[in-house]
Amino acid sequence: MFDFDEIASLKPFALDREAKESLFLRALGDLTAFHRQRCGDYRRIVDGLGFDASRVRDVLDFPFIPAGLFKMRDLSSVDRSLVIKTVTSSGTTGQAASRIFLDRNTAASQTKALVRIVSDFIGNKRLPMLIVDSRDVLKNRASFSARGAGILGFSMLGRDVTYILDERMDLDFNATESFLERHAGEDILLFGFTFMIWEYLYKALRRAGKWLPIERGVMIHGGGWKKLQSEAVSPDAFKDALRDVCGLRRVYNYYGTAEQTGSIFMECCEGRLHCSVFSDIAIRDHRDFSPCQVGTSGLIEMISLLPRSYPGHVILTEDLGRLTGIDDCPCGRLGKTFSVEGRIPRAETRGCSDTYEKRHA
Amino acid sequence: MVISNLEKYKNCFVEAFALADGAQAESLKYQSIQEWDSVGHMALMALLEDNFGILLDTDDIIDFASYEAGKEILRKYDVAM
Repeated sequence: MFDFDEIASLKPFALDREAKESLFLRALGDLTAFHRQRCGDYRRIVDGLGFDASRVRDVLDFPFIPAGLFKMRDLSSVDRSLVIKTVTSSGTTGQAASRIFLDRNTAASQTKALVRIVSDFIGNKRLPMLIVDSRDVLKNRASFSARGAGILGFSMLGRDVTYILDERMDLDFNATESFLERHAGEDILLFGFTFMIWEYLYKALRRAGKWLPIERGVMIHGGGWKKLQSEAVSPDAFKDALRDVCGLRRVYNYYGTAEQTGSIFMECCEGRLHCSVFSDIAIRDHRDFSPCQVGTSGLIEMISLLPRSYPGHVILTEDLGRLTGIDDCPCGRLGKTFSVEGRIPRAETRGCSDTYEKRHA
Repeated sequence: MVISNLEKYKNCFVEAFALADGAQAESLKYQSIQEWDSVGHMALMALLEDNFGILLDTDDIIDFASYEAGKEILRKYDVAM
């Protein structure tokens, strides 16, 4: 098995196409064999697909499993006694949720990868941090929603971590303002899910006619645009709106799922989502699953080197996207870049920020 | 009364994980008890930072995998025990 710590010690966006392919061929070979040996359901799937490890020539030759499968089966590659945390994906009411089983190693790798990736954007110093959510998300410590897992992972990057929504999702003006007074003149990190930021920070400030001095803030947000699209809010409009209510200029989106927590894809200043040394992306034609070239839209296959306790290293999502380039982003980061274009019709609504149903009208 | 750094260090564990006494802390590892999970971990980090007046790097927060490992890490911040 490849050495994860070795990979974690690399610069997260420094491998070119050739170096990355040779690393991923080896690592995915290890992971596929490992999970095939330890997870019966996974073995039946890859064997049923006629997968033959000796014939792998390309990263795209590894078998993918559909993300939806984690809703139907409990897929695990470790003994139940070693599972320290179960992460459930966001399924809205009436929809099934994925269940992802984490052991100590996988959980630790997730944290490490997340910190490496995000530090490349915001630096190594832990900044005073605001979380645009309620502390209540973390109530049940053994079983997190993907939202809780995301918050907790990101909170390692901050200090004086302050939650600014109360349990009813109302903006706590006092807590926010006294935080900003405490850290006047400092850089500030903000984290939240896209929809929550829009609904409970932006709209609350708008309604109250208040302006917050967060010009020195860096905001990281993710979890899906679908709810905002229904309100016709584009990514640019989102950024403009935040600049209006609190002077924020540095706003980064990220793309990730509960099935591959940790190895997230960060959007750079050029607006491209980046694969890191921990992850890769392929785009497949939705009719025959053949690989799409740069610029052609198709289903997003997500690849991560993190999953050891469950067979989630190669997953076909229900999201549509397209590759925007390889090793050629003007921001200087190497690796594949891509954009997300939405969800295939008829797929369920999911995503951390899209599944919070407002209970109090 | 002056309390030693070691005692202060131990007390952080006692407080973060609601331990009965400090002796219990010495054998602890990350995830070895229910209380020392990722939520408890950040609570412990915050207590250590407050009590010693330091700011830990993210890498050190990740590497802080046990009571013993933490002592080594704090040494880097000039907290001798």
